[in-house]
Amino acid sequence: MSILHTVNKSPFERTSLDSCLKFAQPGAAVLLIEDGVYAALTGTSAEDQVKDALNRVKIYVLGPDLKARGFAEGRLINGISVVDYAGFVDLAAENAKVQAWL
Amino acid sequence: MSEIVKKFLYLNRKAPYGTIYAWEALEVILIGAAFDQEVSVLFLDDGVYQLTKGQDTSGIGMKNFSPTFRTLGDYEVKNVYVDRDSLAARGLTQDDLVQIAWEDFDTEEEVENIVEVIDSARVRELMDASDVVFSF
Repeated sequence: MSILHTVNKSPFERTSLDSCLKFAQPGAAVLLIEDGVYAALTGTSAEDQVKDALNRVKIYVLGPDLKARGFAEGRLINGISVVDYAGFVDLAAENAKVQAWL
Repeated sequence: MSEIVKKFLYLNRKAPYGTIYAWEALEVILIGAAFDQEVSVLFLDDGVYQLTKGQDTSGIGMKNFSPTFRTLGDYEVKNVYVDRDSLAARGLTQDDLVQIAWEDFDTEEEVENIVEVIDSARVRELMDASDVVFSF
């Protein structure tokens, strides 16, 4: 069983996403929550990094946090899946542990 | 009305909801405006996310304070600026941002949208010209 990584910081303000993507094992799950959801959007300076990571890890974004910030799912980078709170719980249950990148 | 009018610059560099900064900034801006000071509000870095259209916080159990920005014009705030480079780095354009209308109730002068996207030279000038900078 692999790890579920959560990232809750903006990729433009902190290095949480950088470190997460650097150390996450291939096949791991990365869930973007709170200000971390900005990394899931197209057209940003973080887009290439995220697209590259999608070749190795599964990336999810928490829908309610995306909606709160005014972005529709159409703005997401292809390959990123939206989950709701129940989906968050499922991810936590499916993986051996949760590692938070604060 | 106070005798001395100073130029206040409110510098907003944080995304909304993830931290309390954006909400606190808005409260302080409204207080400052009530004292008839000359107020400018600048959104820089992740601060530009405060102005995105269509925010809906029903799913996260927090107050959506985005509509309050649209009332800034009613508090006689006429100068709202957004850094162009910050928008570009986030894949955003002015179309992604809310509009803030302004009206002078005495002269009936109206401005449909006071949100102005400016380049870094203008940002520097704005900072230089300010008497006081409040950072959030």
